[in-house]
Amino acid sequence: MEALEIARWQFGIVTVYHFLMVPLTIGLGTLVAILQMRWLQTGKEEYLRMTKFWGKLFLINFIMGVATGIVQEFQFGMAWSQYSRFVGDVFGAPLAMEALLAFFVESTFLGLWIFGWKKLPPRIHLACLWIAVAGSIVSAYFILVANSWMQHPVGVEMIDGYPQMVDAWAVFTNNTAIVAFFHTITGALAVAGGFLLGISWYQLWRRRKDGIDTVDATGRVVVGESATIAGRDKKDHAVWIKSLRIGAVVAMIAFSGSAVSGDLSGKLMFEQQPMKMAAAEAACHDGTSFSVLSIGDVGSRDCSDVVAVMELPGLLSFLAHNDFTTEIKGVNTLVPEYQAKYGTHLPDNPIYGDRAGQEINYVPIMPVTYWGFRMMIGFGGLAAAAAAVALWVTRKGTVPRSKPLMRLALIGILAPFGANAAGWIFTEMGRQPFVVAPNPSMSGVDQVFMFTAAAVSPGVSAGEMIFSLVSLTTVYAVLLVVEVVLLTKYIRGGVVSAMPELDSTRQASYGKNDGGSGPGGGPDDDVLAFAY
Amino acid sequence: MDFLPTLWFILIAVLWIGYLFLEGFDLGVGMLMKTFARDEKERRLLLNTVGPVWDGNEVWLLTAGGATFAAFPFWYASLFSALYIPLVFVLLALIFRAVAFEYRGKVHSDAWRKTWDWAISLGSFVAAFGIGAMLALTTTGLPLNANGDRVGGPFAWFTWYAVLGGLAVVGFALIHAAAFVALKTDGDVRHRARRLVRRWMPVGLLPLALWVITVAVQHGKWFSWILIAGAVAAAVAAWLANRADREGFSFLGMGVFLLAGSAAIFSAVYPVVLPSTLDPLWNLTVENASSSTYTLGLMSIVAAIGVPLVLAYQAWTYWIFRKRISVAHLPEPVDFAPAIALALDVEKPLVSEGAKA
Repeated sequence: MEALEIARWQFGIVTVYHFLMVPLTIGLGTLVAILQMRWLQTGKEEYLRMTKFWGKLFLINFIMGVATGIVQEFQFGMAWSQYSRFVGDVFGAPLAMEALLAFFVESTFLGLWIFGWKKLPPRIHLACLWIAVAGSIVSAYFILVANSWMQHPVGVEMIDGYPQMVDAWAVFTNNTAIVAFFHTITGALAVAGGFLLGISWYQLWRRRKDGIDTVDATGRVVVGESATIAGRDKKDHAVWIKSLRIGAVVAMIAFSGSAVSGDLSGKLMFEQQPMKMAAAEAACHDGTSFSVLSIGDVGSRDCSDVVAVMELPGLLSFLAHNDFTTEIKGVNTLVPEYQAKYGTHLPDNPIYGDRAGQEINYVPIMPVTYWGFRMMIGFGGLAAAAAAVALWVTRKGTVPRSKPLMRLALIGILAPFGANAAGWIFTEMGRQPFVVAPNPSMSGVDQVFMFTAAAVSPGVSAGEMIFSLVSLTTVYAVLLVVEVVLLTKYIRGGVVSAMPELDSTRQASYGKNDGGSGPGGGPDDDVLAFAY
Repeated sequence: MDFLPTLWFILIAVLWIGYLFLEGFDLGVGMLMKTFARDEKERRLLLNTVGPVWDGNEVWLLTAGGATFAAFPFWYASLFSALYIPLVFVLLALIFRAVAFEYRGKVHSDAWRKTWDWAISLGSFVAAFGIGAMLALTTTGLPLNANGDRVGGPFAWFTWYAVLGGLAVVGFALIHAAAFVALKTDGDVRHRARRLVRRWMPVGLLPLALWVITVAVQHGKWFSWILIAGAVAAAVAAWLANRADREGFSFLGMGVFLLAGSAAIFSAVYPVVLPSTLDPLWNLTVENASSSTYTLGLMSIVAAIGVPLVLAYQAWTYWIFRKRISVAHLPEPVDFAPAIALALDVEKPLVSEGAKA
């Protein structure tokens, strides 16, 4: 493989991986902040427990997002130096703003929240979490501004061969970015909703299995207590049923929002990157029908072998234009248009290395775009439907004793993650062969584009790229296992894992502090509320 | 002299100095985990001196990188791609280190903690060394061609300057961390940290001093030597303050040493941001590497709002956590019995304390 291919695989792997953690950070952070706010408003113990428990899982995940985020910022310069030179004037600004206006806020105030439980007044302590969460949401905005400029370059003029920012307002209010922002935030909330739902289901199921909770003749829950299992008191039931129902509602609302923003995003994309959407449909010929299932070699790229098995007439036109009759251009129509505008062969420029003068293939890898698009919608819709069913099934206060159902609820946690990953793979792969996509419509700046083949660092060898690809992928794989093991441990621990003081069976070992009477050290108030 | 590019050169210098000043001590604390701390309680104590702040400190690195990208895309692209392999190590080190801070206390087994202790100390060392090497090389130069790409293979960057810069940041971070620990802790650790500063300061700061002097000899301007004199005076003052048991002044002296030393380096190389060792014509300078006036103007407005805000709330964080801590303040690590026990947990004895040492 050449450096370019390796660099692309690397970007894909580290970015998809990073984006496993990020939506959970944004979504779960928001929910934990709401829970803590409810606790301060109502004084109800179960909200404190929910804050602590979900907060613990939030932090275990948060750090992985932070750690893998550093790679994201560095790799533009490391592996894509030519890209960085070309776009730096407009692309660097949102990245720098993300660090200065969002990352600082997020990390500093989260540190205050983690260590500030006893040090800060309750309201200020809560405010710290809200500010940290706001920081993570703002960071999503800035990075999407940057990404959206690659999808839909606006606010620039070509000066000396480089796009230079001339209209910051256009860059920061890029319609692609605004829509992508709402799509991303709702996607993140769906992840968090599914997370609460699946884990709470598991806890409630276990309470029933252990004989703590039972149901009466009408199917209504009879909440019990366990003297032997740590933390399994009556409030524990409230923690899980409330978490479950909050999770289900959030997942449903988030999916609705994500469907609306996704539809808007699709409409923009039909206009801004028609080839991406044609490839999403494996649509070779112009038409109006949405493909439910196409078989044959959707990747053949010359479209000779694609057979549409099932189609919904008019739906494609509706997705693009809100009517049922406008013809949508297929791949076979678009390729000559692209060739006429952007050339049939890569320029004879040393930037392209061995690729200089090669024929350009304007069609993205269709199996990826076709199935990526369908997985995104399918996983998302499945999760939303499951959330609705869960809400109905648990209306009498607990979950059924069925083990397969419980397993399904746990596996369901993965669905929104899958939808997010598929969506990003679709949108990035669908932009190929461009790294900065040209816009055929009037809304973009004409003739601002860059081929991915020109973006890679010319001075970095394939060997160096392989070294980083292998080492980063290995480390990421190991750390994913570590994170999942830790999450599992804390989930199985129940609320007690985050509030050991609730464990009545082992009070003896908690609260005793053999150093508490040292010089200057008073009794327990001097002991830190939290320490690593 | 172009005003905006110069302003941004200064701002990026400030971001690097802020990074070295703040993350300097938490990198150093990370290295001290394996060399200075004697037992589990002391390791936890060290960890908790930086617990609430290390992540915020690290963002200075991200901001320095992001600001370089925004203001000097050509500098960012050439420097980061030329140093591909060392930066991969820096990234891996920062990843392990960050995860270790958060995960170390989450499982109560000695093997688990030992693994993460290595991640923290080695990660801190590699990150400090790599960043130091990168900063040294951006002042002494890399074999760059006309396009700004490295020639000569993956290790063409390797020179003694890289080693010197690496040692400079490692040495500074260690002494700075000891001064910080002396200021932030109480009890035996505090006194030992203070002794460490007194004994090792001349050795620890020597590589940084050598780097400053090297740059000043090569490119220095008349005021470079004034700044160097200021740095030396600050280091002497830090040492004297330490001997007089004034930990606050000692720590502050370290900061002034860093500020003056870095100012000497950055001002000496100005207006070159990254020299090419092949041909001075290919040097990257504040003029030929910078973004447009429009972008720099926009970023200046953002920085004028953002930087004072960051300084204010980070200062507030340090104020909130200003109290000295000692081993007595650390809550006992608590393990928990899983509410959902699997079959394999039943036989396992529950050990609740990790602090056996």
